[in-house]
Amino acid sequence: MGLFILRRFGVMLLTALCLTFVVFFLTNLYPNLEKLAKTQGNQRMSDEQVETWLDNRGYLQPTLVKYGQWLGVLPGYTKTLDDGTFLGTCTRPGSTEETTPRYCGVLQGDWGYSTVFKDEVGSIVGKRLGNTGYLMFWVLVLMVPSALLVGVLAGMREGSALDRSLSTFSIITTATPEYVSGVIFIAIFTSSTVGLKWFKGTATQAMDNPTFENFFLPVLTIALYGMGYIARMTRASMTEVMTAQYIRTARLKGVSFGNIVMKHALRNALIAPFTVIMLQFPWLLNGVVIVETLFNYKGFGWALVQAAGNNDIQLLLAISVVSVFVVLVTQLISDIGYVYLNPRIRIS
Amino acid sequence: MEPLSWTGSIAILNPILMIALAALIVSIVVWIIGSIVLPESPMSVNIDGTISGGNGLRGLTQKALRYSFSACVALALAYIVLGILMGTSAGIIGAISQQFLPVWLSLIILFAMSIAFKRRLGLYGKLFDSPIGMIGFGLVMFWVFTGIFGALDLIITHDPLVQVSGMKNKVPGTPLPSPDEGEYAWYLLGGDNLARDVFSRMVKGAWIVVQIAPLATMFAFMVGITLGLPAGYYGGRLDTFLSFLANLILAFPVILLFYLLVTPEIVATGVPNYMAAVLFIFPILFIGVLLNSRYYTRPNFRTPLLIGVLGIALWLYLSLISSGGYVINTDDYSIWGLPTYLDLFDIPGGILVVFVSVVFVNSPTVFRIVRGLALDIKTRDYVAAAQTRGEGPWYIMLWEILPNARGPLIVDFCLRIGYTTILLGTLGFFGLGLPPESPDWGSTINEGRKLLSIYLHPALPPAFALLSLVLGLNLLADGLREESLKD
Repeated sequence: MGLFILRRFGVMLLTALCLTFVVFFLTNLYPNLEKLAKTQGNQRMSDEQVETWLDNRGYLQPTLVKYGQWLGVLPGYTKTLDDGTFLGTCTRPGSTEETTPRYCGVLQGDWGYSTVFKDEVGSIVGKRLGNTGYLMFWVLVLMVPSALLVGVLAGMREGSALDRSLSTFSIITTATPEYVSGVIFIAIFTSSTVGLKWFKGTATQAMDNPTFENFFLPVLTIALYGMGYIARMTRASMTEVMTAQYIRTARLKGVSFGNIVMKHALRNALIAPFTVIMLQFPWLLNGVVIVETLFNYKGFGWALVQAAGNNDIQLLLAISVVSVFVVLVTQLISDIGYVYLNPRIRIS
Repeated sequence: MEPLSWTGSIAILNPILMIALAALIVSIVVWIIGSIVLPESPMSVNIDGTISGGNGLRGLTQKALRYSFSACVALALAYIVLGILMGTSAGIIGAISQQFLPVWLSLIILFAMSIAFKRRLGLYGKLFDSPIGMIGFGLVMFWVFTGIFGALDLIITHDPLVQVSGMKNKVPGTPLPSPDEGEYAWYLLGGDNLARDVFSRMVKGAWIVVQIAPLATMFAFMVGITLGLPAGYYGGRLDTFLSFLANLILAFPVILLFYLLVTPEIVATGVPNYMAAVLFIFPILFIGVLLNSRYYTRPNFRTPLLIGVLGIALWLYLSLISSGGYVINTDDYSIWGLPTYLDLFDIPGGILVVFVSVVFVNSPTVFRIVRGLALDIKTRDYVAAAQTRGEGPWYIMLWEILPNARGPLIVDFCLRIGYTTILLGTLGFFGLGLPPESPDWGSTINEGRKLLSIYLHPALPPAFALLSLVLGLNLLADGLREESLKD
């Protein structure tokens, strides 16, 4: 088991390195750098000016060198211009040659400087992740129990009326992406045309002061899309368990239906959904980006859109590291958890 | 011109529909509660050995449900038929159903033919045994026909890109201020923020989805199958390497990938063209290996067949990836492609990049499914028999394993078209790839959402269109799964 986790960590590290390099490569393609130079410097810069601007800041070095600098295995790029301004990859506005560290990479704990937000990437990502973590927490609180409940209720009597209506419900939710359900919810519950006005159409205030009124719709929108899938998986696993031999034995023994479901079936039926819930996290990440844009909630997804839209290289890299980390860790947890929950599988 | 109301002169049907809908909801609730509370209906064994179910209270709830459901369906049909007959005098609903006339006709013909010959049509015919599958298929085909006829300009009432002054954000059914001769006199579903017709844009949006989604899914399947079969069949290093690559792509959050790939800057670097050149080679490989492994024992037949098929495939491939005489044409350098006089069609860079990235995102998942299926099926006896016969590995993969994996793959194909539709919508929603004035559903939703608190009508029609298409595909997949399990 220890070796298994160690190997998984090795693969994880390799994946993260490959992925960040891909992101690094794509964001450092020349047209993207040109866009960065024009948004940071001046929209009307000539081609030569763009080139000098990029060259002065070390953007025109070979990609591998720049990647090494970002990782922190190569010393940062520095250059002193003719007029005495000191530039480089490790500099911050106002810093001089003496205060700039020689290495500034991820290994040194320095995530870089965001060109859009004019702030340290580490603190931006931390703050935005806090907002998104809060959102995610409530999404999980709403999504997981209701999905399991729907799945178990539907799966305990296959083909019954309850099963059919709940299955239809979960198919409808899986067919409704966040940008559709969000728009429909906003239209029904917040617009002045329909006139219900139960909730607020934006979650901007929810960052400081989350209330049911301004926070429920974004949570519901993300939760619904993920819910259908988990519910269907739970239902499939529950129906499989309910046809197992030991359930029939229990039934023939005269155990009441409620007891069969609660004591015999439920535990075994919940193994598969656990994996599904864990693997659902990367999907939730997508949902978060859409919903945060739709409801104007300034979290991780919103930062992603801002960073990608403005080619903020270092912020984008940090964001991809975090999201890749989330994806890989949830995969690891789902694998390990599966082994622990299911005594029939043991990793040799 | 008078503004149209929703139902016009068939408004007498509205209260009846309300009653029928209320009855349907009540009977669904009673049916569900009844299935929990009421005892099972008693079964009695007749003297001749047959079993008949009694008409308990449960049977009554089922009957109520069936009647109220058929009443609703009948009323909906009445709206459509009356609408086709009366047109605009039956209000917006009537006018819309009249516009959709070619779609209704095609649907009726398709369903009549399919049901008549369903016993001879294999799995497709069996679909018409399952009500869920039929509903799903109906929804999907509705949008497919809408897309096709919309592209032929049969359904739309106005040009989806033309702005008519004075129609900005106007509610559904508003008449044009000064319609020209022969011009449709109303905006059936209102005007959007730029005074364009919402109805026509929604119909045109269907064509974009119908064009891209199935084709992109098919390409993703070809890539996934061509790589997944050997990975599962051979295993070992190849499998480890390909699985690592697939997991690498899957670990990317889709939206981050889109934001990195689908930008004008990336299109300018030619990266999508490289990716297209790599990804689109897989279908050719697939077809080539498929035919070669089948007919290599008959070289006289195989060689001309391969030359013919691969020649056409290569021509299509080259016309697909080259535009204006170049495969890649950036400022720094360019690679020569097919000369323009041989080039069959040009794909604009925006569409190509959308297509490529959707294929790119979908193929690792398909790869994983195919690999899993191949791992499972390669242990079967018929594979061992083929190996003993001395068949080559590719023959076994493509003609023994693949046909036996078709059930789950067909089901996943339907689901994946739905997912691709959602992805296309996501791209439009973030304004990536497709041009900003494009009528695709995602972009329209994105435009409409900005004014959602005041004007609902620009955002809701494309939202419901997308919802119903994806729902149809999901139901279709469910029906197919049910029917293929009965085999």
